[in-house]
Amino acid sequence: MADFEPKIIVFACNWCTYAAIDLAGTSRLSYPPNVRVIRVMCSGRVDPQFVLEAFADGADGVIVAGCHPPADCHYIEGNYKAYRRFELLKRILESFGIEKERFRLEWISAAEASKWVQVVNEMVSDLRRIGALKPKLEVD
Amino acid sequence: MAEKPKIAWYWCASCGGCEESLVDLAERLLTLFETVEIVFCPVAMDFKKEDVEKLPDNSIAVTFINGGIRLKEHEEMVKLLRRKSKIVVAYGACSAWGGIPGLANLYTLDEILERKYLEVPTIDNPKEFLPAKKTVVSIPEVNMKFELELTEPLPVLRPLDKVVDVDYYIPGCPPTPDVFWNALQTLLGNNLPPRGAVLGALWKSLCDECPLNETKPEKLLVKEFRRVDRTTPEPNKCLLAQGFICMGPVTRGGCKALCIKSNMPCTGCFGILEGVVDYGGKAISYIGSILDYSPMQEEEIRKAYDKIPDWVGVIYRYTLPASKLRHKVGLEFPKLIKEMVEL
Ligand code: SF4
Ligand code: SF4
Ligand code: FES
Repeated sequence: MADFEPKIIVFACNWCTYAAIDLAGTSRLSYPPNVRVIRVMCSGRVDPQFVLEAFADGADGVIVAGCHPPADCHYIEGNYKAYRRFELLKRILESFGIEKERFRLEWISAAEASKWVQVVNEMVSDLRRIGALKPKLEVD
Repeated sequence: MAEKPKIAWYWCASCGGCEESLVDLAERLLTLFETVEIVFCPVAMDFKKEDVEKLPDNSIAVTFINGGIRLKEHEEMVKLLRRKSKIVVAYGACSAWGGIPGLANLYTLDEILERKYLEVPTIDNPKEFLPAKKTVVSIPEVNMKFELELTEPLPVLRPLDKVVDVDYYIPGCPPTPDVFWNALQTLLGNNLPPRGAVLGALWKSLCDECPLNETKPEKLLVKEFRRVDRTTPEPNKCLLAQGFICMGPVTRGGCKALCIKSNMPCTGCFGILEGVVDYGGKAISYIGSILDYSPMQEEEIRKAYDKIPDWVGVIYRYTLPASKLRHKVGLEFPKLIKEMVEL
């Protein structure tokens, strides 16, 4: 699968990860162009439905990223909820046959541009290894 | 006298509960028979496919279809009935969203056949026969041979609206007699709601009509999830607040909180609310919100979720084939179904 380019949807919190992604750009760090970033106001705003929809509509991987717990979330416990939802959603995705490498929750602060680059690099290489997600059957 | 409106009723992959719910109309059945003419209803009357084929297109006023689409035969019959009917109604959870038989979408057909015909403890099948497209039965004693052709199963179960256009939905597993009756009045009246509407039920969630809603705390938090097969819920106290997974917050109201009144949590049979695109996803959202641990307490969170062995069965019990993913990814094509088997 030499020319498989994975598509990764990222839900990034406005206050931390989105700023880190900006910082990565202004610091001229380079990373693979496989990510499509969607800015949300908080990781707690990411409804599990968004993640399911992303996979159903052709994403090979999904990243939800927000502010570090315990105290960095601007809405106090949005990241707590994100984490607890993620833990359950992970189990559900596994039952649907979606490998765990395809879904990550990451805490990336506004200063951690290099962590962002590392997370994207890791996921792209994992996805290249396991290949494309094909959620549709002929009868769909 | 004006002609009575023609009604048809067909069953696909269902358990028989929806048919039962028709009988549950009780005395009201007499009124029903006075007002309509039933032209097709395999569960109760001896009509054949040819009888439906002979009817002019659009001549049936309302066709009710219950059960999900799992066989070629289902697919053919609902397409035929769609052509013959002015209004097609998805009756019950299985037809509307896949229902309990839809949970099999997490398995390949081969796994399902093996389980059903070879593994379950109640099966007695020493020669390990599996259903085939054609079965030949010979009875040498009388020198006779019979052939049986079965319709083919489809790789996954689909809700009715993934196969034909559906005009209305009636929710429930099965729909309660009141819900069905209310829906019938709407369908036979002159004031049809917009296409795609759910009939006979509420717009709001079950919590809204639940008698225990008053006992639901403003900020609901729980330390553990509980199961009704292990602990009996306290009566008169919101079940979710006690840690039992009650699907009330994401389930359409209209059943008059039947299960709650029997001290059982709602499992979600009235299905999906307006604006929700994935019932299970929405459920994860509120279940994740109420668990009272911080991300630093990984172990506690893991343990709390471990208490429920089958999360898919809890949050997608009636709606898996109508979810965003619809079935397990990468289901392989069946190999076990043979062209012919001789008995
Ligand atoms: S969560 Fe269940 S028990 Fe509690 S108010 Fe809602 S429907 Fe009633
Ligand atoms: S309480 Fe829930 S599961 Fe029970 S009948 Fe009502 S909608 Fe269905
Ligand atoms: S504000 Fe960043 S995760 Fe809540």
